[in-house]
Amino acid sequence: MSELTYREAVTRALADELEGDERVILFGEDVAAAGGVFQATAGLYERFGPRRVRDTPIAEQAIVGCALGAAVAGLRPVAEIMFADFAGVCYDQLANQLAKYRYMTGGQVAVPVTVRMSNGGGAGFAAQHSQSVENWFLNIPGLKICVPGTPADVYGLLRTAVRDDNPVLVFEHKLLYPQRGEVPDGDGLVELGRAEVVRSGSDVTVVATQLMRHRSLEAAEVLAGEGVEVELIDPRTLVPLDLATIVASVEKTGRLACVQECPPAGSWGATIVAQVVGQAWESFDAAPILVSGDETPIPYSGPLENAWIPSAERIVHDLRRLAEK
Amino acid sequence: MLAGILVSDSVILPIGESDSEDRKLLLTLYRRMLEIRLFEDEVMRLFMQNLVRGSTHLYQGQEAVSVGACSVLRPGDTMTCTYRGHGAVLAMGAPLDRSMAEILGKANGLCRGKGGSMHLTDVSVGALGSFAVVGAHLPFTAGTALAAQYLGTGAVSLAFFGDGTTNIGAFHEALNLAAIWKLPAVFVCENNLYGEYSPLATTTPVERLADRAGAYAMASEQVDGNDVLAVRRVVGAAVARARAGDGPSLIEALTYRQKGHSRTDPGAYRPLGELERWLERDPISLVERVLTERGAASTDELERVRAETAEAVRAATERALSWPDPDPKERFEDVYA
Repeated sequence: MSELTYREAVTRALADELEGDERVILFGEDVAAAGGVFQATAGLYERFGPRRVRDTPIAEQAIVGCALGAAVAGLRPVAEIMFADFAGVCYDQLANQLAKYRYMTGGQVAVPVTVRMSNGGGAGFAAQHSQSVENWFLNIPGLKICVPGTPADVYGLLRTAVRDDNPVLVFEHKLLYPQRGEVPDGDGLVELGRAEVVRSGSDVTVVATQLMRHRSLEAAEVLAGEGVEVELIDPRTLVPLDLATIVASVEKTGRLACVQECPPAGSWGATIVAQVVGQAWESFDAAPILVSGDETPIPYSGPLENAWIPSAERIVHDLRRLAEK
Repeated sequence: MLAGILVSDSVILPIGESDSEDRKLLLTLYRRMLEIRLFEDEVMRLFMQNLVRGSTHLYQGQEAVSVGACSVLRPGDTMTCTYRGHGAVLAMGAPLDRSMAEILGKANGLCRGKGGSMHLTDVSVGALGSFAVVGAHLPFTAGTALAAQYLGTGAVSLAFFGDGTTNIGAFHEALNLAAIWKLPAVFVCENNLYGEYSPLATTTPVERLADRAGAYAMASEQVDGNDVLAVRRVVGAAVARARAGDGPSLIEALTYRQKGHSRTDPGAYRPLGELERWLERDPISLVERVLTERGAASTDELERVRAETAEAVRAATERALSWPDPDPKERFEDVYA
């Protein structure tokens, strides 16, 4: 075990994959000489050189399309989109090209591409640099989606993503970069599609990722003091999704809340609610709920953004009401 | 030697080591162009019988561009193209029957019926994809060129695209990236004068699209795209440049789409007489003229090649039509590796 920040875990995962496989290359805006705007790639350029760690122009279509072509021609590229919101600039490349290349060619080749993006709000970046962009891709079969919430998970999922023969989007929550945690020794790989039961409980099942996982854990500790035992599940990857672990928990608790940092419409939480209801509706003792952001863009000002993103207090409030039903 | 053959206005350089090699090469190019022409005529017939789904974008009139350009590639080189891509994929050597089967949505199609007319792909011959979103394949092409450069394979990546593509953002991003990284790529613009239904002048402020290379300090040249030997010479020089590590090029091939944009387009926007003028410079007729005028092939020989090619296309179409449809269960395959 070693204690690392989430940021250091990203850097170490990339270094270990660059070290282990000559076909792995890394490119994006300011990822090389500058070490990335969040310093998540610091030192990699110095260690692996300009051939393998490359700065690109500010040109997201070129970044993603180039990664796809390079993968088809034999490399295992890791591309960085600086802010996940910029997926909007290259949505065609992600949703129409990267996701569909293998399918439309009848499986002629594999597409081992990893796209890293900084995700989420809470840092005062306003509406175009704060969204939970994983939700934009739930309707696009062909992409795998990782949403790590701890240093160990970002390390293990990122390494697994680079080794996967499919396009994998890895969302790194920008507020978690300084957070510290244990990362196991050894390869530390985390299988895609395996949820973690963060906390066991018998009264309410809570599904949460990234920043909301941590706030939900805080909320669970408060509720434990009131005699409400929360079972907290972090799916860690949305595609593939470990639905079985969530369903098994709801069969035990009879109550389900998805806590998420995005508007409710078209969200992963809404999708999970629909799937769990479809599989286990007779297990529910109360209607499932979403604890979400609002149906507005994410505002800039501190008081506005703090009200928008679910706080531990709001999660406590909503879960308490759910437990009482 | 067939040195100095005059096709239209361009002087052609020697193309082979000897008369017999020149003759063989010209006949090969002729046969391939004819194959594409007859294949496209067949696709149009099948489309009219509602045997082809969705839309299809025919290539008649532009055969000299893809056949000339692909004739200078070697094994390991790769090609990407657009939804008007049947010609380019066949020019790389994709089989006629499995190409036709893909257009018909058959289980034995190149892409097992998952792609269709707009997405013909045969990785085994280096035809890495027909892309149906304008310009989307140009960043991809930079990527295959990056892999070739990184792995030191010496392979060149060639992309075909239309005049309209030079107005979309992906074109700019890809050419810019290819230029700064000096990637072994050749970008071949097939200027057929129309972006879908709109004449070039209504959408594009420059007349000479090759000039756009100046923005990337990239080598460029304009070529008569109906003259297969001229295309071969100009693209050959660009491929050699790329292979030598001297970076990418933009080639503008001037040509003409003899059919409409897609099935539903009768091409009513064409000025009177324009089509007729271009038909006089039909790329296949031009090759026939060279072959006969230079004594490289007799009229009988050409007639024999035409008959053989027609029979090959007919037989391939028959085979494709006879193949089974995919099992509906196959739709779940190939999403993930």
